[in-house]
Amino acid sequence: MARTLSQPVTVAFDYTRSTGPVVGRFLGGLRDRAVVGARTSTGEVVVPPPEFDPVTHEPTTDFVEVAPSGTVVSWTWTPEPVKGQPFDRPFAWALVQLDGADSPLLHALDVASPHAIETGMRVRVRWAEETVGAITDIACFEPDDDGPPTDAVRGAAPEGEAVTGVVTPVSLDYTYAASPEESSFYSGLAEGRIVGQRCPACGKVYVPPRGACPVDGVPTDEEVELPDRGTVTTFCIVNVPFLGQRIQPPYVSAYVLLDGADIAIQHLIQEVPADEVRMGMRVEAVWRPREEWGTTIENIAHFRPTGEPDADYETYRKHL
Amino acid sequence: MRDVAVVGFAQRQMKEFDGSPTCVELLVPVFRECYEQTGFTRKDIGFWCSGSSDYLAGRSFSFVSAVDAIGALPPVNESHVEMDAAWALYEAWLKIQTGEVDTALVYGFGKASAGVLRRTLALQLDPYTMTPLWPDTVSLAGLQARLGMDEGRWDEAAMASVVARSMADAEDNPDAVRKGARSVEELLSAPMYADPLRKHDCAPVTDGAAAIVLAAGDRAREACERPAWITGLAHHVDPLHLGSRPLTTSPSASRAASAAGVDGVEVTELHAPFSHQELVLRDALRLGPDVRVNPSGGALAANPMFTAGLSRIGEAARRIWQGDADRTLGHATSGPLLQQNLVCTMGATT
Repeated sequence: MARTLSQPVTVAFDYTRSTGPVVGRFLGGLRDRAVVGARTSTGEVVVPPPEFDPVTHEPTTDFVEVAPSGTVVSWTWTPEPVKGQPFDRPFAWALVQLDGADSPLLHALDVASPHAIETGMRVRVRWAEETVGAITDIACFEPDDDGPPTDAVRGAAPEGEAVTGVVTPVSLDYTYAASPEESSFYSGLAEGRIVGQRCPACGKVYVPPRGACPVDGVPTDEEVELPDRGTVTTFCIVNVPFLGQRIQPPYVSAYVLLDGADIAIQHLIQEVPADEVRMGMRVEAVWRPREEWGTTIENIAHFRPTGEPDADYETYRKHL
Repeated sequence: MRDVAVVGFAQRQMKEFDGSPTCVELLVPVFRECYEQTGFTRKDIGFWCSGSSDYLAGRSFSFVSAVDAIGALPPVNESHVEMDAAWALYEAWLKIQTGEVDTALVYGFGKASAGVLRRTLALQLDPYTMTPLWPDTVSLAGLQARLGMDEGRWDEAAMASVVARSMADAEDNPDAVRKGARSVEELLSAPMYADPLRKHDCAPVTDGAAAIVLAAGDRAREACERPAWITGLAHHVDPLHLGSRPLTTSPSASRAASAAGVDGVEVTELHAPFSHQELVLRDALRLGPDVRVNPSGGALAANPMFTAGLSRIGEAARRIWQGDADRTLGHATSGPLLQQNLVCTMGATT
């Protein structure tokens, strides 16, 4: 059995990138269903065009259009495609030297099996139904049995409107595991317990436990159960709305130093007007109904004042 | 130049690490092993440098959490690279050369099994013309392997013999996650996976952590009976675009080898995540036929992301500590299809 708690996590974000004049010209060409390369100082035609000349390092300016058909220089078979690839069934990748180009371009090749490809076979671009100015405007390459090689560059690239930016969505799936120490913390919460750990070197009690004492760099293996009450060491009143906010502002987010702990946990202070919350205030956890508990800190709905006299500043001075 | 040596090395490698992506739980025992080897405590370490990637972990600032394993109070002198930790070693070596510190602990960690490694690595490609297609690492390696086959640089049997030797050597490596001697004939009878690659041509997805201790001059002599003195250290990079560099040779590895100097090397540890890449590197480094390659089993036996290159340097250093060799070489790669290469040569004498 796994010693850790884990769950699927997807991290997704869009990269918004400006293209610059060279990549913008290439992508603008794709939008107009033309493949644009560039002639470098050595006279070679490179696709996609490099932003700067590989030898002189001067900006690329000599754009040429190459043919949408070419020859397979190398290929491989992808038996188990991953998310986001041009096909969601087994397919081939190919390095294709387009007629008129001196360097190969990478893209997918639509064939039914690895037996239907060989190095040197003729292929042509299959355009996407809608072209928007992205590498995916080329849906893939497809076999081009009757296309004879055409050596010549088609000529100067058309002066279409360059693309200025692209948005690339990225979404990554993980099985995210808590550390063994975090796992025992969350498992404890599922039973209504708050579990910390004590450093064998300095004696400090960490909650949540963290695997190693950040002061001494030694494993913290002695488990300590902590009470669900403590002292507000510092707090802030949240007045600003933000995406995903679950509580109506204003509300108080505070550091609560549980009795016996050496590091505060962050939680909400409720059942008291926001402007009455103060450093040193004694608070206790308000647990949700037991049937709602899971392996989460949300089992504690919030903290509320106990009504005890405020803690002496000296008791939490070192934990600010 | 100051004389700097590799004086400590520890690693943990496994197929799937049942723990957090920060790998703190792995780093603590790895560091402890380094302290035991060198007699240093953490207070003797002048500089800390790590290699890791948040994309691998799926957790932001994972390298900051990993600092817990050091015990960073009072604050420590620390840095990080988003590359194999071999490049963190390069930074640490430079730091020692500046004279600011005399010792450094370099570490790398990664939990590749948390995601789909061959997909995640598409993020290191050109973001305009490649990443949106999500070309996976295995497919790219397949394109490279076939190019070399079509050019007559290698064939299936040559690739299989790399695997056969690596898997046989891995049997003696307690840290190997894939091992087991098989003949070239047996290997060639295995089914094709990413044609022209079979699964055994591809390094296993591996989780792990590793650390190396560097020390200068007398600090090295006090920490190690037979230090592995760094005699050459260089790294170079080829263009990112697959169409703008040769894929069946490795100009950057050749330049790094020339700069580091490979004459007289007896044992070499090459970081080749695919069987044919070892053939590319052996050529690029101009290694003679009598040079022993990858006695550890190499990356085909275990390839923890962000540490496998550092571990190659550690494995090569170990041959010197043990007296098995007087001159060894550790190589690391980073980026797609051997794009970046680092060569570290070490000797029993400075």
